[in-house]
Amino acid sequence: MVNKRFHSVTLDASKCKGCTNCLTRCPMEAIRVRGGRAFIMDERCVDCGECIRTCSYHAKVAMTDDLGIIENFEHRIALPAPSLYGQFYHAKSIAVIIEVLKHIGFTDVFEVAKGADIATRMLQEELKNPDRPKPLISSACPAITRMIQIKFPTLLPNIVKVKQPMEVAATMARAEYSKKHSVPKDEIGVFFITPCAAKVTAVRNPIGQEKSEVDGVISMLDIYACVFPILNKITPDENIKIATPYGVGWANSGGESRATNINKTMAVDGIENVANVLEEIENGRLRDLDYLEGAACPGGCVGGPLTYENKYVARNKVMQLVSELPCERPEETVPCRVLNSYDFKMDTPIPENCSMQLDEEVSTAIEKMERINDILESLPGYDCGSCGSPTCRSFAEDIVRGYCNITDCIFILRDRLKVMAQQMVDMSNTKRE
Amino acid sequence: MIAESFSVEKGDYLRAGEASTKMKNMLKKLGIGGSVLRRISVAAYEVEMNLVIHSFGGTLSINVDGDYIWLISEDIGPGIPNIENAMREGYSTADEVAQGMGFGAGMGIPNMKRNADIFNIESELNKGTKISMGFLLGGGNGE
Repeated sequence: MVNKRFHSVTLDASKCKGCTNCLTRCPMEAIRVRGGRAFIMDERCVDCGECIRTCSYHAKVAMTDDLGIIENFEHRIALPAPSLYGQFYHAKSIAVIIEVLKHIGFTDVFEVAKGADIATRMLQEELKNPDRPKPLISSACPAITRMIQIKFPTLLPNIVKVKQPMEVAATMARAEYSKKHSVPKDEIGVFFITPCAAKVTAVRNPIGQEKSEVDGVISMLDIYACVFPILNKITPDENIKIATPYGVGWANSGGESRATNINKTMAVDGIENVANVLEEIENGRLRDLDYLEGAACPGGCVGGPLTYENKYVARNKVMQLVSELPCERPEETVPCRVLNSYDFKMDTPIPENCSMQLDEEVSTAIEKMERINDILESLPGYDCGSCGSPTCRSFAEDIVRGYCNITDCIFILRDRLKVMAQQMVDMSNTKRE
Repeated sequence: MIAESFSVEKGDYLRAGEASTKMKNMLKKLGIGGSVLRRISVAAYEVEMNLVIHSFGGTLSINVDGDYIWLISEDIGPGIPNIENAMREGYSTADEVAQGMGFGAGMGIPNMKRNADIFNIESELNKGTKISMGFLLGGGNGE
């Protein structure tokens, strides 16, 4: 359990009680409780944020940048994720939400929904390519991509090679601002307003590209706190050009699929549900499917762990705001010039993450598996988590990996104590010959 | 060598697919991936569904032994009357329940054969069927 990768999801050890809430509900089995507190296994965590939702003591937190980080730049562009629009139940329009961001310190705003419009066009092109495997799998949710790296490596070739809308938007925002105001690109700060921890990690530790275009990531909750009190006092510029309803629709599960404008798509939300469908694809089912949109959060990005509003309320709000937009498609608003003049395709491969493997050598891994199976037979099979591992199987594995001892199982310990107690009784009853 | 076997019940659609998922997880832990894992995944699922749909029940076992991974399905009947037919693409005797669930396109056995490096099927009417599939570790029948 070495710390080598950056993760947004971290533990506040002072609040952790060492209970089993996060332990048993982590979809990656990436948490262990040792010495009365939780530990996150860096190599397995995908930053889905499930533990942030389940921790009763709020000991699981997402590291994001403080709003103060924008002060480092004179020119600061906010990149609001489309899910931000769902957070303000009383907001009259998207224009108001865009305008209010200019009142809390940003010099300009570029909608990530516009990045989603561009990503939609790129995606449509990739879907037309007969050489790509089917179904193509969305690359928009970094938690899902990381899960595929660990649990479904055979599906890595199916991941769409288009950068995330956040990155597309950051590239566009910087380029346009630089041109319009004649400012060098490196003097412009670009800040993503995030609904989740996975995007924070995706900026620090990018997927499919060497370096992120984003300079900082601010939690949607922090923005909500600044914006909510002043939202009603804002008069928006109603002439600004908003993204298409399809780009904004990416906030909700199903939005991406609808945007592609093809029939054979499937949208799945909730990381366990996505894992189940990936399992089906791996089994060779769903062969006629062209596109799978998977979001780790329930409801899609509106259900992110760093959002304020109830996800169903937020989803409805997004739908309402979308219905008020002019009925345009990304094909009409995104010029081919844009697609040709920037690089929105991933340029580095997405490698397999071997952290589930028992050993680098198959033969050694087989030996370890045999030991695991032997140990497993002696365990009670309650999957109670009292030992600090999420299931009996993972406990057996942890023993073989050298992380813990068999007597960490309280049932095994109890049985051994019984035997010992009996032996003590026997000894004390022994009479002098 | 490591071996695991799973019993598969006739018509048990609730648990259908569980054995192949467990076998897949085991192979992933052993560090077996790429084309071999992809082919085993498809074949294991097909053969498991075959047991659920067509057999009176049986066992599915996997063993990793030296250069090969063996996937073996053994059932207790009813046996296949005409293996040649069963091997033909598009031929199916799946019932309505199975067809309603999207199975029975007659691709099952041909699909297994296509994915395995070694394929063997023996069947005796009223006795049972045994399907053995071998997958060469580190290469073999690429796609």
